[in-house]
Amino acid sequence: MATVAAGQAAVPAAQAATRRQGSPRSIGRLLDRWALPTFTVLAIGYLLVPIAVMIAFSFNDYQGKFNYIWHGFTLEAWLHPLDWPGLPQSLTNSLLIAFVATILATVLGTMIGLALSRYSFRGRGAINGLIVLPMATPEIVMGSSLLTLFVSTALPPLDGVVPKGVFFPLGLQTILIAHIMFNISYVVVTVKARLAGFDRHLEEAAMDLGADEWTTFRKVTFPLILPGVLAAGLLAFSLSIDDFVITNFVSGTTNTFPIWVWGIIKNALPAQINVIGSIIFLVAVGSVAVTTLLQGRSPRFAR
Amino acid sequence: MTAVQLEPAGPPSGGLRRRITAAGPWLLLAPGLLWLLVFFIWPTAQMFIMSISSGSLDDGFKLTFTLDAYASALSKFPKQFGNSLLFGGAATVLDFLIGFPVAYTVAFRGGRYKNLLLFLVIAPFFTSFLIRTISWKTILDGPFLSFLRDTLHVVPVDASVTGTPIAVIAGLTYNFLPFMILPLYVALEKIDFRLIEAASDLYANRWGAFRHVTFPLALPGVFAGSILTFIPALGDYVNATLLGAGTSTQMIGNVIQSRFLLQNDYPLAAALSFILMAAILVAVSIYARVLGTEQLTG
Repeated sequence: MATVAAGQAAVPAAQAATRRQGSPRSIGRLLDRWALPTFTVLAIGYLLVPIAVMIAFSFNDYQGKFNYIWHGFTLEAWLHPLDWPGLPQSLTNSLLIAFVATILATVLGTMIGLALSRYSFRGRGAINGLIVLPMATPEIVMGSSLLTLFVSTALPPLDGVVPKGVFFPLGLQTILIAHIMFNISYVVVTVKARLAGFDRHLEEAAMDLGADEWTTFRKVTFPLILPGVLAAGLLAFSLSIDDFVITNFVSGTTNTFPIWVWGIIKNALPAQINVIGSIIFLVAVGSVAVTTLLQGRSPRFAR
Repeated sequence: MTAVQLEPAGPPSGGLRRRITAAGPWLLLAPGLLWLLVFFIWPTAQMFIMSISSGSLDDGFKLTFTLDAYASALSKFPKQFGNSLLFGGAATVLDFLIGFPVAYTVAFRGGRYKNLLLFLVIAPFFTSFLIRTISWKTILDGPFLSFLRDTLHVVPVDASVTGTPIAVIAGLTYNFLPFMILPLYVALEKIDFRLIEAASDLYANRWGAFRHVTFPLALPGVFAGSILTFIPALGDYVNATLLGAGTSTQMIGNVIQSRFLLQNDYPLAAALSFILMAAILVAVSIYARVLGTEQLTG
């Protein structure tokens, strides 16, 4: 407050100072300084607690069939992570579906993303709407409508339109169809976000320097959108490997990991579920960390 | 002479190239759009047809243009529709109350920890949705219950946290919180800080600047976040199954999945799905009108 005496020029500063230190404002400042950060840390803790519990209970020496109560430390489940009937098969199915669905959805979605952000043509608005629609539809509606379609193709009047075995009986192929479907929109949105800051002059420069369209795409466009495509692929993979609601409708008797978990928890809760969950978590966190590091390392792509 | 040099490719190749360029977007769009038409639009149409058909899985379904399924869907399950709206709505409001301060703090006070904090917010997505919910069951029935019962002595000895609406709401709130935080963060992060400074230069206090500048600019994020939370929460049945008990905590998703997968009552289940989708469309458009985000999101 000594500044007040220093002269006229200090008056606005003094006003500002009183404004900041008046009693109602100091509550605001307290809120800003302490309450908000504390609240944020608590909220993030709340988000992380179940993950910590999942990892901790993968080491639980549980008694009986259900791994709900802590009994002591053991490495038993980690030493035999697949030791449960049906678990290895369901994991294989999950990985297979996630890989194939990710590749196909990423290719299809990237193509749509490129078309939507680089060309203007009639019907673009409608197509943008069609892309958003699956993301705004509850999973249960998407799953049940796919089931309705698949079952209908085995019944009159649609039987014979689609050869038997394509859509019905349900199996790996119907799960794959569903996963590609719900992933396309997420890929389009991610790739479009990346292309929003894209400088088309770079492509024009390549063409001016004599590159044909394919070379331009390969040497200029693709390297520039690659981080977006990788991010989209990662997102698609994690959505696919985790999906339960839609898969539950279209899987028939085929198990993926989440479907297997859903089936078994009525009778038992083996710690192997926690082990696989922890491994998926660590691999996902690891690949995100690697992708982030790679992106940070290459300033050429940073624009 | 100069004209010839400007067009080295020659007229035929130029014409072909132009034609390819015109078809370009459609060539790129075709495969993906076809996939969405066949596996998103067609199933929706098929489900609508199913909802106005009658018959059974064994005898086949006939398109009879009956509205019976809609009538019994609306009359038989008021409790479940009510639970869905109540639980989904409560979870969305709670997520907003928790998510806004978090998004605000990360966006404006995150500093060099911003990316780390964001990463922690989305960390739950790296574990399976089912396993996270099972973990909640472990927490609520284990440590949390014994804390309430043995430390605070606020609940009777035979009490249980799971099996109550509160447990279902807690699970929904937990599972969809990141969907609320991320859009809020994106909206807040985009705000030009000079606008907030301008507000305080014009003698707005902290609260005034927040109410008149920051919050209105964050509205698109509020809109996106609450929709991304409310839609999956409304249709969810995993939380109600794992954390709830019986019909008292059943949501409409539980009815849809059991009618489709256990009872094979396709017309009724299809009608329920359609009503759910219509309810969401109506709710979202009313909400958009109320918040006036149509101009904001463009």
